[in-house]
Amino acid sequence: MFDAKELEKIKAGKKKWSEGTLAKTLSKTPEKKVKTTWSGIPVETLYTPAEIAGLDYESKLGYPGEYPYTRGVQPNMFRGRFWTMRQYAGFGSAKETNARYRYLLGQGQTGLSVAFHLPTQAGYDSDHPLSMGEVGKVGAAIDHIGDMRILFDQIPLDKVTTSMTVNAAATVLLAMYLSVAQEQGASWDKVGGTIQNDVLKEIICRGQYIYPPKPTMRLTVDLIEFCQKNVPTWNTISISGYHIRESGSTAAQEIAFTIADGIAYAEACAARGIPVDSFAPRLSFFFNAFTDVLEEVAKFRAARRVWAKIMKDRFKAKDPRSMMLRYHVQTGGVTLTAQQPLNNIVRVALQTLATVLGGNQSLHTNSYDEALCLPTQGAVTVALRTQQIVAEESGACVTVDPLAGSYYVEYLTDKIEAEVEDYIKKIDAMGGTLTAIEQGYIQKEIQNSAYLFQKSIDSGERAYVGVNKYIMEEPPVTDLLRVDMKVGEEKAAELKQWRAKRDKAAWQKALDKLREVSKTDANVMPAVIEAVKAGATVGEVCDVWREIFGQYRPKEFIS
Amino acid sequence: MAEKKIKIIVAKPGLDGHDRGAKLLSRIFAEAGMEVVYTGLRQTPEMIVEAALQEDADVVGLSSLSGVHNYFFPKVVELLKAKKLSNVLVVGGGIIPLEDIPTLKKAGIAEIFGPGTPTDTIVGFIKANVKSK
Repeated sequence: MFDAKELEKIKAGKKKWSEGTLAKTLSKTPEKKVKTTWSGIPVETLYTPAEIAGLDYESKLGYPGEYPYTRGVQPNMFRGRFWTMRQYAGFGSAKETNARYRYLLGQGQTGLSVAFHLPTQAGYDSDHPLSMGEVGKVGAAIDHIGDMRILFDQIPLDKVTTSMTVNAAATVLLAMYLSVAQEQGASWDKVGGTIQNDVLKEIICRGQYIYPPKPTMRLTVDLIEFCQKNVPTWNTISISGYHIRESGSTAAQEIAFTIADGIAYAEACAARGIPVDSFAPRLSFFFNAFTDVLEEVAKFRAARRVWAKIMKDRFKAKDPRSMMLRYHVQTGGVTLTAQQPLNNIVRVALQTLATVLGGNQSLHTNSYDEALCLPTQGAVTVALRTQQIVAEESGACVTVDPLAGSYYVEYLTDKIEAEVEDYIKKIDAMGGTLTAIEQGYIQKEIQNSAYLFQKSIDSGERAYVGVNKYIMEEPPVTDLLRVDMKVGEEKAAELKQWRAKRDKAAWQKALDKLREVSKTDANVMPAVIEAVKAGATVGEVCDVWREIFGQYRPKEFIS
Repeated sequence: MAEKKIKIIVAKPGLDGHDRGAKLLSRIFAEAGMEVVYTGLRQTPEMIVEAALQEDADVVGLSSLSGVHNYFFPKVVELLKAKKLSNVLVVGGGIIPLEDIPTLKKAGIAEIFGPGTPTDTIVGFIKANVKSK
């Protein structure tokens, strides 16, 4: 971006400054010990054009809405409309969760995001022995289509978009959602939303797996293929770095391993014979946002550039939409502290600013009480207001990619991009993402970063407010949200009734059909839809596949 | 004379997949000279107690971030007692509201370590409280 002569001048100037003005100050006051980003990238005192001398504006940054999308995927970003404010929510019964959704929509939230309880995510009914104690705890207890009807009661599914966090059991929950949409009279070409459907990161770090990698990938691709033909605006997968980061990765690893997963899904779709420009525009992503604002901004910009290049060069995409990295963000749950919980409001605000300056499409902000319990309604409201304040008052949305051209941010963007590309090369050389996961390489890299981070906190080398610095005695927080153990008993009783009331012959026929189809190469989605319409539960459908596919049992890698 | 190594089972009860803490502590315990068995995810109280029995463990460390501690933690202590393993020290951690801690302690969980606890506090507690067999 600068001509050679000017760069020489700047380099000489910086040297002179460093040896003179700076050295004089350093001799009086030495610098602090930690001089890295939160993820550990070494950071210099000062950045000038000299550190980004190789940056070619047109090819590396370009223009928003154009390749390589470094500056954003929409030409005018938030000047047109803000990102979707989408709070992940769900607890207790479908009825309680429906009430929370209608409250949030009433408060100006613009999309829904369903948290299912762990039994649903792991493919068990609420009355399964492994569901003991878990029913309604971290999400809504959804066992069958009847629960899904209650969950979206009085919420028009052709107007509100919904994100659903189910992975291994994604086909089943999407089948229920699409069936309820039909009952409401919403045509599938008007039904929009996202399903997480990312099974690889379950194996890497999130733990809600059911089947071994190969059959579980088949279900993932079945869903993608079905939607591509029948639900054209549905985002068929949300390839997630969020949990990778929560598990301890650095910012660059978050992007690297997520993109490695993305490559694996794109390869699986291509192997199915789906043309790249038919599936790639509906791939979406999900990232984390930590408190180191500038590192996060650089991370998002680098991620867009890397993905665009991969889709164009490796997968030969022609449609620009195939090259656009569109993503949801959730602020960093793991950054929140149980100590002095109100401080978390400030952390979330900074993370929100980082997200928006990075150019997101959608955002969930965490509630300040989440290191203690599930969020209370008051805390959820503050979290949503945080987004609204950044949107309406901060000035961050008035122009596109406002930090572009900052010597430091451009340096960090290049640096993270290079680190990501290194990892992708390494994983390619190992034989691809599935092999890297099988060998525990990705898991061990993440765990090692978590370990190094913990060491830096334990030693006090890195300060964490309220945790290892500025500690104070405080009374315990009360008024926490509690889910009654009764929810489990009630749900078990309800399930018994549900199973007794349904048309047994139709239910049996639908499950038999599903079993037959699942043994072939045919797409399972139509048979899953028939099964859930006939009253089959999440656990029953998943059991059919447990029989055929077997269950995944991970090797544990401790590093 | 070398001291006998403390043997600890690190376990994740229930369907909760948050294992960053469990895995991190497994490494920290090993570095502190303990012998560590990490069970992996989706353990029932029965499986955890069986592991403690098979491994002749001195300590069981339970980690839960999905709100099931009030059900699972006391159940593990109860089953340990039934197997005559009352000497095994049981500790827990995760997202656990402070107001739940007295009840958990009454049920026999020796200590609960919340988010942000320095790891040497946990190691120190175990070393100081492990019972000799």
